[in-house]
Amino acid sequence: MEHSARLWSAGAGVLRTLLGRFVAGVRSEQLRVRLSAMDWMALSPEEWTAVKLSLRVAVVATLFSLPFGIAIAMALARGRFWGQSLLNGLVLMPLILPPVVTGYLLLIVFGRKGPVGAFLADHFGIVFSFRWTGAALACGVMGFPLLVRAIRLSIEAVDARLEQAASTLGANRAWVFLTVTLPLIAPGIIAGMILCFAKAMGEFGATITFVSNIPGETQTLPSAIYTFTQVPGGDSGALRLTLVSVAISMLALVASELMARSANRRLDIE
Amino acid sequence: MTLALDIRHRLGTFLLDARFETGSGLIALFGRSGAGKTSVVNTIAGLIRPHAGTVMLDGTVLVDTARGVFVPPHRRRIGYVFQEGRLFPHLTVRQNLLYGHWFTPPAARGDGFERVLGLLGIEPLLERRPGRLSGGEKQRVAIGRALLSNPRLLLMDEPLAALDEARKAEILPYIERLREQSRVPIVYVSHSIAEVTRLASTIVLLSEGKVAAVGPVSEVMHRLDLFPLTGRAEAGAVVEAVVERHDERFGLTELRSRAGSWRLPRLDAEVGARLRLRVRARDVMLAKSAPTDVSALNVLPGIVADIRVGDGPIVDIRLDCNGEALLARLTRYSVERLGLAPGAPVHALIKSVALDRRSLSGPIAQGPGADAEADEA
Repeated sequence: MEHSARLWSAGAGVLRTLLGRFVAGVRSEQLRVRLSAMDWMALSPEEWTAVKLSLRVAVVATLFSLPFGIAIAMALARGRFWGQSLLNGLVLMPLILPPVVTGYLLLIVFGRKGPVGAFLADHFGIVFSFRWTGAALACGVMGFPLLVRAIRLSIEAVDARLEQAASTLGANRAWVFLTVTLPLIAPGIIAGMILCFAKAMGEFGATITFVSNIPGETQTLPSAIYTFTQVPGGDSGALRLTLVSVAISMLALVASELMARSANRRLDIE
Repeated sequence: MTLALDIRHRLGTFLLDARFETGSGLIALFGRSGAGKTSVVNTIAGLIRPHAGTVMLDGTVLVDTARGVFVPPHRRRIGYVFQEGRLFPHLTVRQNLLYGHWFTPPAARGDGFERVLGLLGIEPLLERRPGRLSGGEKQRVAIGRALLSNPRLLLMDEPLAALDEARKAEILPYIERLREQSRVPIVYVSHSIAEVTRLASTIVLLSEGKVAAVGPVSEVMHRLDLFPLTGRAEAGAVVEAVVERHDERFGLTELRSRAGSWRLPRLDAEVGARLRLRVRARDVMLAKSAPTDVSALNVLPGIVADIRVGDGPIVDIRLDCNGEALLARLTRYSVERLGLAPGAPVHALIKSVALDRRSLSGPIAQGPGADAEADEA
């Protein structure tokens, strides 16, 4: 007991010395220069807000799209119903329409006076126009085709005979989906989510049309970069946010690569 | 168990119109490729909803289109071993085996896990994934998975078709043990006459979507009129025999059957064991009088029971050897030269070496090793 107590106090002493040296070092001239270089790298509070808002919007857009994406991908891949190609076209629409058009359509439908927007506001208190939720909706709609397409392709690759085998072992349709289909399409779902997330992070046209460019509320990374390029002396801010954007995209790519690899290893695909 | 089926189902231009009723044991659905065997098992399993008809298992109605009854596959408790195994690639062997347990109440889980592992010899594979198993191992796991779902009936759709000869020989003894030791009745689909005679107690012979014959193996296999359907080249008699004694000096085993005694190369079977001998018609010679100086060790007296002359030079003959049927394929020339006609007394000659161990089945004490050896011989 006594021995360990002595060790502790010795450790604390070492730590104190190290901290002291560090603080002294910070005061030295040499380090000040280095820190000012890092100052340039540091984001201003407004820039931070834009980054955080963008991340929140992209995460919310991806997570909310996911259940609908899986359901619609299932319907498109497996279902045989009237209006299937119409649904398919509708889902893919945001991919081919000019983003501004999608944003304007959202404004008409989900705006404060729009049919759906007014209904949701009056009955559930959900308001989209000029709110970050609207940005998330716009990003979700724009990312949706990518999400659905990735999941649909992976569902079509699932061997339906495995699902039959599961049903002969006693699994009803819901269990077959949860225990066989879902694990087998997991790589596709992850790929779709990352595509959707990346699209949401970069979405500009539809967002700015639908919910404008309000700092702290709807000003996402791309809008903030755009704003910086429009004001004199905004170059450094634009560059910083661009670097952040690149870093996030790279991270997403690496994450998707790692997850795909681990999923393949699980399935023993050589 | 009783399985009664009476269905009509159209698949493109193919019309399935099958009706049969069978008792327990191993029922073989036998017929050429495209005869509708898989459609019949899929209907029993509930993977196909027939356009019209009924399916009953032990008095429970599984399908009755007239009354709009269709029990979905997950509520039928019918195990299914598919031709290609269909193991779940994302689960380990253990998880695959226990998959059915998730949907079975603990009290009804039946066949013990350990017992099934022992029966199929799959214990060492438990932590592996299906991607790392050989074809034979996959099929054994698939059989175990179906057994562990506590089925009332086990369907096996050509479980050996995707395997080479060595792997088939590896699995057949396990299926035989399953038939002997498990109380679950089996419907076994095959187009291999050797597998069917080795395993089945009852045969349902299918041809072009219709049932051509139903009955005990020997009865169906011995009908000359069914030869075009059962496959002429491989046609043969099924003889029930008992191991009489072993001749260590010459490495022979003596069997006793109603037709007489047989001698064939040494078997790994205990004296007194019952087994089934398949004697191919093309391996049987006929003689008018008992030959004396002849190398063939098996000479059995009998009477010509039925002669069936086809279009070609080949004639199929069924003999009655003291109540046991034997089949012989001769040329029409030989038949006329010997003046063979129903009622004529003859002697059947069969070379011992024509009766290899592959033509045997029954509760012989043999592991997979013994069979693999027979394949090399």
